[in-house]
This record gives sequence, C-alpha cells and structure tokens, in this order.
Amino acid sequence: MTVQYLVNGLTMGLIYALIAVGYSLVFGILKMINMAHGAIYAVGAHMILMFVTWNLGTLPAVILSIVFTGGLLVVYDRSILATLRKKKAPGIAALVTTIGFSQILTNALQIIFGTEIKSFPALFGNKMIQIGNVKFQFSQVYILVVSVILLLGLTLLINKTKVGLAMRAVEQNSRAADLMGINAKGVISVTFFLSGMSAVIAALLLASYYQTVYPTMGAMIGLKGFSASVLGGIGSLFGAAIGGIILGLAESLTVAFLSGAYRDAVAFILLFIILIIRPNGLFGKAKISKV
Amino acid sequence: MDKRDKIFWLVLLVALLALPAVGLSRYMQRIISLIFIYSMLALSLNIVTGYMGQVSLGHAAFYAIGAYTSGLLSEHFGWNFLLTCLCAIVFTGFIGWIFSLPTMKLSGTYLAIITMGFGEIVKVLIVNWESLTHGTYGLQNIAKPELFGMTLKTTNNGMYYLCLAFLVLMVLLCVAIERSKLGRTLRAIQDDPLASSLMGIELSHYKRLAFTISTALAGCCGALYAHLSGYVDANSFHSDVSMMILSIVIFGGRGSIKGMVVGAGILVAFPEVFRFLAEYRFIVYGLILIVMMVFRTDGLLGGHSKRPYVFPRYVKVNKEGGGEPDGAAGSK
Amino acid sequence: MALLEVSNVSKQFGGLAAVSNVDFHVEEGEIVSIIGPNGAGKTTIFNLLTGVYTVTEGKIVFNGEEIQNKKVQHIVNAGIARTFQNIRLFKNMRTIENVMIGFHQNTKYNTFDLIFRTPRFRKYEKAAHEKALEVLDSLGFGKYIHTYAGNLPYGEQRKLEIARAIATGAKLLLLDEPAAGMNPQESAELLEFIKGLQAKGFTIILIEHDMSVVMNISDRIYVLDHGRMIADGLPEEIANNQTVIEAYLGKSEDDADD
Repeated sequence: MTVQYLVNGLTMGLIYALIAVGYSLVFGILKMINMAHGAIYAVGAHMILMFVTWNLGTLPAVILSIVFTGGLLVVYDRSILATLRKKKAPGIAALVTTIGFSQILTNALQIIFGTEIKSFPALFGNKMIQIGNVKFQFSQVYILVVSVILLLGLTLLINKTKVGLAMRAVEQNSRAADLMGINAKGVISVTFFLSGMSAVIAALLLASYYQTVYPTMGAMIGLKGFSASVLGGIGSLFGAAIGGIILGLAESLTVAFLSGAYRDAVAFILLFIILIIRPNGLFGKAKISKV
Repeated sequence: MDKRDKIFWLVLLVALLALPAVGLSRYMQRIISLIFIYSMLALSLNIVTGYMGQVSLGHAAFYAIGAYTSGLLSEHFGWNFLLTCLCAIVFTGFIGWIFSLPTMKLSGTYLAIITMGFGEIVKVLIVNWESLTHGTYGLQNIAKPELFGMTLKTTNNGMYYLCLAFLVLMVLLCVAIERSKLGRTLRAIQDDPLASSLMGIELSHYKRLAFTISTALAGCCGALYAHLSGYVDANSFHSDVSMMILSIVIFGGRGSIKGMVVGAGILVAFPEVFRFLAEYRFIVYGLILIVMMVFRTDGLLGGHSKRPYVFPRYVKVNKEGGGEPDGAAGSK
Repeated sequence: MALLEVSNVSKQFGGLAAVSNVDFHVEEGEIVSIIGPNGAGKTTIFNLLTGVYTVTEGKIVFNGEEIQNKKVQHIVNAGIARTFQNIRLFKNMRTIENVMIGFHQNTKYNTFDLIFRTPRFRKYEKAAHEKALEVLDSLGFGKYIHTYAGNLPYGEQRKLEIARAIATGAKLLLLDEPAAGMNPQESAELLEFIKGLQAKGFTIILIEHDMSVVMNISDRIYVLDHGRMIADGLPEEIANNQTVIEAYLGKSEDDADD
C-alpha cells in the first residue's frame, strides 16, 4: 500500500514542481511573487479544453494554449510590470497588481466558460496499469515522463544555453547585464513565457488525470506550488523541483497514515517547519548584505 | 492630526452618526457596517504593512480566530458581548504573538507565504475540528450584543452604531500609535532595518509587538463580524478576505489612516454599487487595483504628506522653523 | 585610559582575512582618521566597532567596557554611533523624525503608556521632540525640520546622518566617508562642521578619502592596507611616510591600479 501512496505522491509532487518552477523563474529574475500564477494555470487548462473541442488535435491545442497563455503573461509584464519597474515602484505594488490580474483572469474564465466543473478529455487515455500490488493510471506515467523532461529541459536551458546565461546575468544584476548588451526586457519576457509554459503543461497533465477543469482550479494548487517553491528555496530551479516532490509525497503519506481531512494543511505546516529551521528554504542561499 | 484632518474626521463622523436618521434599508446598513469592519481590518493590517512594510497574506486567519472565540464564548457561556470581544482581542493577540515568535526573523516573500500558509491551516482546522467549531455547519445564530439593557440589532441601528463606535476607537488608537515612538520606530524599520538597529532599535521585539497588536485588532474585528452577521463558517474567512484587506491597505495608501477608511469604503462598496455590471464588476475591480498601482503607486492617500509635521500640543516650537516637507526647500 | 582601545583585532570571512591584528586607540576629544586604499578594511573596522560584524579574534574596550561581539543595540547604548558610506537615512521620514529615532533608547515608555496616554508618555514624547529640535537647531537644520530626509540636498543628508548619530547620546562618532561626493566648497563646510563637533566634546573616528579634509582635521591618522595597520602618526608624519606613499601609489615596479 505504501508504495501505491508513494507513486501517487510522486505524481502529484511533480505537478507541484512544475508550478513551483513557474513561481521560481519569475521570482529569480524580478524578486516578485506572481500571485496570478494559479489563475494562469487555470487559463491554460481552459484554453487546452477549448482548442481540443475545436478538434485541432491534442498537440496543436497544447501548443496554441502555451502560446496564448505565455503570451498573456508577456503582455501583462510588458504593459504593467515594466511600467512599475521603470517607476521604481516598491515591490508591494507589483504584488498587488498580480492579485488584481488574478482576479481578472479568474472572473473572465467564469464569464466565458461558466463557473461549473467541466469534464476534460482523458488525453492520455485512462488505462490502468498494474505492477505487483501497485496500480496506476497510464496518465500518471505521462505526468512522470513529461514533467521530468520539462524540468531537465529547463535546467539545461538555464545552465547551458545563451538565453539561460542571459537570464542568470539579469538575475544577478539587471543593470550591469543591460550595460553588457544583454536585452534585459527580452530576457524577462522569455522568463514569463517559460513560467506560463510550465503552468500550462502542469494543467494539461493534471486535468487529463482528474478529467475536470473549472475556473478556480488554480487557487489551491497555486498556493501549494508557491509553498513548494519557497520550501525548496525560491529562485532555485532545483529547489523548486525538490520542494514540489517533497510536498507531494508528504501529502500522500499524510492521507495514508493520518487522515485525508488535513491534506490541504500539510503543505503549509511543512513550510512552517522548514522556514523556521532554514529561513531561506532547503536550497536557497542566504544573502550577505553589505553595509 | 492637523486642522484639515480634524475637519475631515469630524465631518465624516457627524455624517455617519446622522446617516441612520435618513432611514437606511437593512441591506444598506449591512454594507456600511461591513465597510466599518473592513476599515478596522485595514487599520489593523496597516500597522504591519503600512508602517513596518511587511506583507501579510493571512490576516483573515486572525479575523477568523477572533470571530470564533467571541462566537463560541457567547454560545457556550452566554457572556456579554463586551466580555467575549475582549477575550477575542486577548486570545487572538496571544495567537498572533505565538505566531510571531518564530516567524518574525523572516521578512518579505517568506513572511508573506508563511502568513498565507497560516491562513490555510486555520481554515482547515475550522472545517475539521468539528467538536469545537461545528465544522462546515459553522456557528449559527450568534447572539446579538446586549448593551445597557438594549439588544443591538440591525433593525434598531444598534449594530451600525456599535461598529461605528469601535471604528472611532480604533482610529484614535492608530493615530496614537502613528504619532508615538512605536509608529516612528516601525516606519524606521521599514525604511532601513540595519540603520534602525544601529539606532538601538530591537528589530525582533518591535516586529513582534506590531504583529501582536495588529492581530489582536483583527480579532476584535472578527468578534464584531460574528455578532453582526449572526453566522460564520470557514468560507467567511477565505483567502480572498486576506487579499481584500491587503488590497484596501495598498489601495487606500500604506500608512495613511484616512486611506484605510476611504479605501475600505470604495473597495467594499464597489461590487455592491456596480451590481449592474453583473459578473463584470470583479474584472473591473481587478483593473482598478492594477491601474491604481501603475498611476498612483503610493495608493489614494499614501506617500509623503505635503503638509508640515504636526507637533504635539505640549511641545513649544518657535514659528520661524519651517521649510517645505517635500523638498521644495532643497534643490532636488 | 583611552576612550577606545582596540587590541589585536582580526576578522575573517571564510578563509579571507578582512582585517588582521589591528591595534589602535582613540583618546577622548580626539579626531582620528583611518585612511587607506579601497578594500583595505576600513569600513570593516566600523562594522566591528558597532557590532554589525563579530570579531574573529581580539579585544575592543570602550569606556572601560569590553564591547567586542556585543549586540548592536548594546553598543549604541554604550555610546558609539556611526554614519554610513552610502547614506542610510530613513528616507520616508521627516528630518525631525529621523533625529527622534536617534533618541529611541532614551524614550522610555511602553505600549500601555501609549494606549492610555499616561503622563510618562507625554513626558518622554515632549523630551524627544524638544531634544530633536535642540540638536537640529544647534546644527543649523532649522529650515529643514519638516522635509523628508530623502528630499534633502546631498550635503544636508550627510549632516543629518551625523545629527541622528549624535541624538543617540553617543560620545564617539564613527563617520564613514562623510565628504564622499561633495564638491570642494561643501567639503570645506563639512570640515568646519566636524571641527564644531569636536569643540562640543565629541570624539570622532573618520574614514575619508579626501586628503584635504583628513590632513586639515585629524589629530592623528592610522593607515590601513590589506587589513593591516601599516602606519600611524600625526598628519605631517603620514604625509611623508614612505610606506604610506607606496601603499597609495604602488611601488614603481608594480603599478597598482585603483
């Protein structure tokens, strides 16, 4: 039985990891929490559903959704956040605009798609697989494979490519990077796009696993993904991934050995404990401030 | 407070005192009472967010603790509202203090997320600790306060005046805090924590103090709300409530007491006034927050005051001292 | 006995020695300057004196009390206050409020007094306001009382930082490059200002690059290079000291870059 729970926990954990990475990417560069990330996840899921019902085929539907959702974030950044950065507004202002953005997105989804829970096609089939005592759905295998590939891909992108180098440079010191001829604006847009992409893929994987979508579906998972990223050390991609997996496993084991009732509290209790012991998260680095 | 502020508050107070005489519908009374409560919530969060510059995304949790404390005490022991409210203030402040012990070394994003997490934990507890909280049934038929032999209801304007009285007290308290060592210290911590500590300020002591006061006041709001609405459950304290309180603080203008009341008035009334926009009103609401931040980052009434510093009455200042508060005297 | 006695103090960050075996002392009423090339460890010494950093090794005695590794707040209370190389005023507070923050430790009432407006509250608030006005008046800040610190002219910001430090009741002021970014006229004014402080009985340690300020004002000078004290003496001695000239200009065979 325990193995079964571990498998389920790992699947959920990878989803959290994908969401957490979305928070982390943006935080790394802008030192800002995007409170609209959960809503972006919901937008991604609804877009896929819409394009799939238009019979565009799964892959084009996913790509279109990524382009649309990622594009939405880029537009939001270019129009709102960039203005705030130019005005050197305090971080709290940017945070509040993301709360407003989240409101807009969620309510727009409710108006366009209705508030009810809609069924989502099982894009990866709903075949069950059994190995020994452990049963799992085929879509769980998809979750495992796709999210690991995506996480590795992002890591490679950031560590091995020119774009990644530019991203790290902007993260370190955006003004210096600008002076070195790096297009900081472009880099920030790429970051937002990648953040949106990871949210859409998380939405694709989980929605086809649960086979449901609804406008507020991103609220709780957004909070948990955020916790996962802080847990691992926000700003660190590796930390976000590990944080997500730890969170998924902890939730699953709580359901197994304690009670399902407290499932939604696990993430936050865990976060509490970790932050008190390690104020910068598991893999976060402490800053030394110069006087 | 300078003269103009005093006039503002007096006019507002007189208007609010006279308003029920016009004959408010129950609905209007409820909305205005809610505005009072949200003004108080914003005032309480303002201590942490406005003065000290730390974001709490879980203020609703303390609001909830206050509501449940007062509601349960009244249900089980039938105590008078003033007593249950006092217990709510003390107990919520105590929880806030306990919460602040390990968490006040954190700041910024980390504090924001941990307060948000606390909000979720409290919600899960409310739903699942059925023996205490009646789970999803919530607290029903919470008694109306009785004061001076009168039952304060919506119909006799009692709740309206009770909430207003609390709001007046809380504004007075916040003015006192703002114009004291505590207020100055908190603003100094926001501007530069390191320089503050080199002025001899014990950062963690003040952060805890601010958080404790802030949460105790939120507990007071909870008590008022529970007895105003007569019913509370976990959904009354959804994370959206925390976001709403934070939005009021930022929208009204961090650090501005007037801003909290005006901000609450606008943001709470908005969805009600704009009912004709139907479901679009929440989109407009989000837009307002964004537009506000882009064009007036300091909020409606926040930012540097254009008026001179107001000395306490008992300090004598020779008149010639002056200069423009916002740098007109200096070359920019 | 000297007001401040620093003996054999070292500070290491990881394996890197920022300051090694530094000895110096400051007598009451003196103006002592610490000079040296960038990165020599001057500001580190201020951070050690004020408790921002802990010392790895050594002893700091101020006014007869060992203060190394004591809490920042304790050291302020003991009577050491400082300014910063990059001005760190409370920018969104008014000039008078900045100075009142300096009185923080001496404003002795608690939250109870505040809520109930006890006589004690009134007494200490009155005192804080009056002392702040007094300090500002004596430093010629009268016309800037209401101005937000962030909006003050640059030179006034530097001076306000000093006023704030004085307000803590400090005997010993540590001034970190107060003349940085000033034009010659402003420097000259600052020079007079600091001399005025000495006349009022303050003891001052100065970190400064502007040699015209240092040579004009210092009673004694210490020279720091690569975390070590390489020379000390009267201004004229330092000006002619061969080791110092080398540290600044580099030896002829390996030209040091700035």
